[in-house]
Amino acid sequence: MSAVPLRARRSREPGPQRVREISGRVGWGIVAWVVGIAFFLPVLWMVITAFKPESAAETWPPRFTFSPTVSQFRLVFSGWGPYVTHSVIATVGSTILVLLLGVPAAYALSVHPVKHWRDGLFFFISTKMLPIVAVIGPLYVIALKTQLLDSIWLLIILYTAMNLPLAIWLIRSFMLEVPSELLEASELDGAGRIREIAEVILPLVLPGLASTALICVIFAWNELFLALNLTTTNAATMPMFLISSVPQEGLYIAHLSAAATVASVPVIIVGWIAQRSLVRGLALGAIK
Amino acid sequence: MAQVRYVDATRVYAKGTPPAVDALDLEVKDGEFMVLVGPSGSGKTTALRMLAGLEPLDGGRVEIGEKDVTWVPPKDRDIALVFQNYALYPNKTVAENMGFALKMQHVPKDERDRRVREAARLLDLDEQLLSRKPKQLSGGQRQRVATGRAIVRQPRVFLMDEPLSNLDAKLRVQTRSQLAELQRRLGITTVYVTHDQTEAMTMGHRVAVLSSGKLQQVDTPRQLYDNPVNQFVAGFIGSPSMNLQTVPLTDGGARLAGKVLPLPAAVRTAASQAGLRELVLGIRPEHLHLADGTGELTGEVILVEDLGSDALLHVRLTGQADQVVARAEGRTPPGPGQPVTFHVQPDDVFAFHPVTGTRLAG
Repeated sequence: MSAVPLRARRSREPGPQRVREISGRVGWGIVAWVVGIAFFLPVLWMVITAFKPESAAETWPPRFTFSPTVSQFRLVFSGWGPYVTHSVIATVGSTILVLLLGVPAAYALSVHPVKHWRDGLFFFISTKMLPIVAVIGPLYVIALKTQLLDSIWLLIILYTAMNLPLAIWLIRSFMLEVPSELLEASELDGAGRIREIAEVILPLVLPGLASTALICVIFAWNELFLALNLTTTNAATMPMFLISSVPQEGLYIAHLSAAATVASVPVIIVGWIAQRSLVRGLALGAIK
Repeated sequence: MAQVRYVDATRVYAKGTPPAVDALDLEVKDGEFMVLVGPSGSGKTTALRMLAGLEPLDGGRVEIGEKDVTWVPPKDRDIALVFQNYALYPNKTVAENMGFALKMQHVPKDERDRRVREAARLLDLDEQLLSRKPKQLSGGQRQRVATGRAIVRQPRVFLMDEPLSNLDAKLRVQTRSQLAELQRRLGITTVYVTHDQTEAMTMGHRVAVLSSGKLQQVDTPRQLYDNPVNQFVAGFIGSPSMNLQTVPLTDGGARLAGKVLPLPAAVRTAASQAGLRELVLGIRPEHLHLADGTGELTGEVILVEDLGSDALLHVRLTGQADQVVARAEGRTPPGPGQPVTFHVQPDDVFAFHPVTGTRLAG
């Protein structure tokens, strides 16, 4: 102990500065926990309720002792087939399309910006300013005339359009992070546009693409408004399945909770997988 | 292999601002190692990028091998550039990095491998390293890979943009000589940019000194040192730099530290023709010879920097505001606070115009 330098030892003593430092850290810790729990509690509530028998789910005050049952889940799995299929097709299909269209668009707006790239960028994001409810009428008519009403293609197209602006903005910001020297090196090496994107830019922005894809998946998977208004049976998605879990009469809270739990699992799994690539630093080792 | 020529080459970044490179006229001979040196903002990197094709010209032209390449895209100029931060592709292995340009030229894989291996051997890069990624390499290894990527292409001109600035001091000195030796062996025309005058002096066959976008002087290192054409070159080349003092003119010489320093007749004539009342005197640190009380310049030692082999004396000359630096023998330098006198040979004194900075009667 005697080898500890004087300064180091002094800083361990509880001076007023030190007290403020600790209380500050504890204070932020408490805030973080409160916010975290506030977000998590409803989810926990949903999961617990999903395992309750219907009769125990709607008591007040809530009961925490009950005999858990998976009968609600059994019910969910007996009816979710077509819904989950539609959701997967619409989500995966639209996300792939978004990436296929978003990468070239972002490239043209960042690495080698086209003329009026600012206007283009603004136009993309401006499409998100209009409330979707304002266009549902025209959309319905268009879908009707093009025979796409209640078709999975319609959802793929709409979800692509819905997610594309955000995706372009995100991918563009990742592409701007690619060091300009790397692009110049590839230019000197004689790589054309396609090679430049495929061999230099894409490997570097891959973590960014993963997070973009994740956001698109979440938005498409959870989308209800368009699905509700433009589909009935042939393309009904998981959010619609949740609605259909609410019967006209009788108790339904436990059943709805089970359905909601099942519906959130894919998003959580995708998020968990993508997390690793999300935290991986962009362009690690590219410079120096 | 080829010669390189800048003819009136100009680059203006934004309208209304002074040109980054201003009407540059420079010829690099076939096989020559040309160093562009200057402080930051002097336009040396811009000049290199103009030659690489990464920067368009706003005037004049650039020639490689007597062919105007001003509007030729970079990949068709038959050049290779080593970047300051190496710009290695992080997702590719060392071998892929080095062979990428060849792959783009559709060189068969066997030939590519052979040339990559050959370059690796030339640079003392271990074969095992070829399958590693750049981030698994040390700074020195990355530097060699970046150089290797340039060699593999067998270009007509090598361009290097401060390739040693990310290395630590010791490695920099080592790599410096290796690069110079490599260039000598390959005999490829090289344009090398640095802000470090020591690098410029030690590596270049000839050195081009730039300042504020203008070429100041281009010559061999020895000539730059012995015969700088103006005050900027005189102050920039040499370490520690030349002592420059603005002093009044008197009959037969210039007044410095209360004494009249005799000036050559040619200088005096030039000064009187220009109607000057004062001029800038330049004396290199090694030309201030310590003299035991018998020297013409007197002063007081402020600080001593002992470098081992010799010592740098920071001295305030009597009656002068600025300090001068003198190089003294290392074993027995005078201590701080001690009075000293210096002897100066009139031939060793440079004289510059106080306004324009041009050398008077060089």
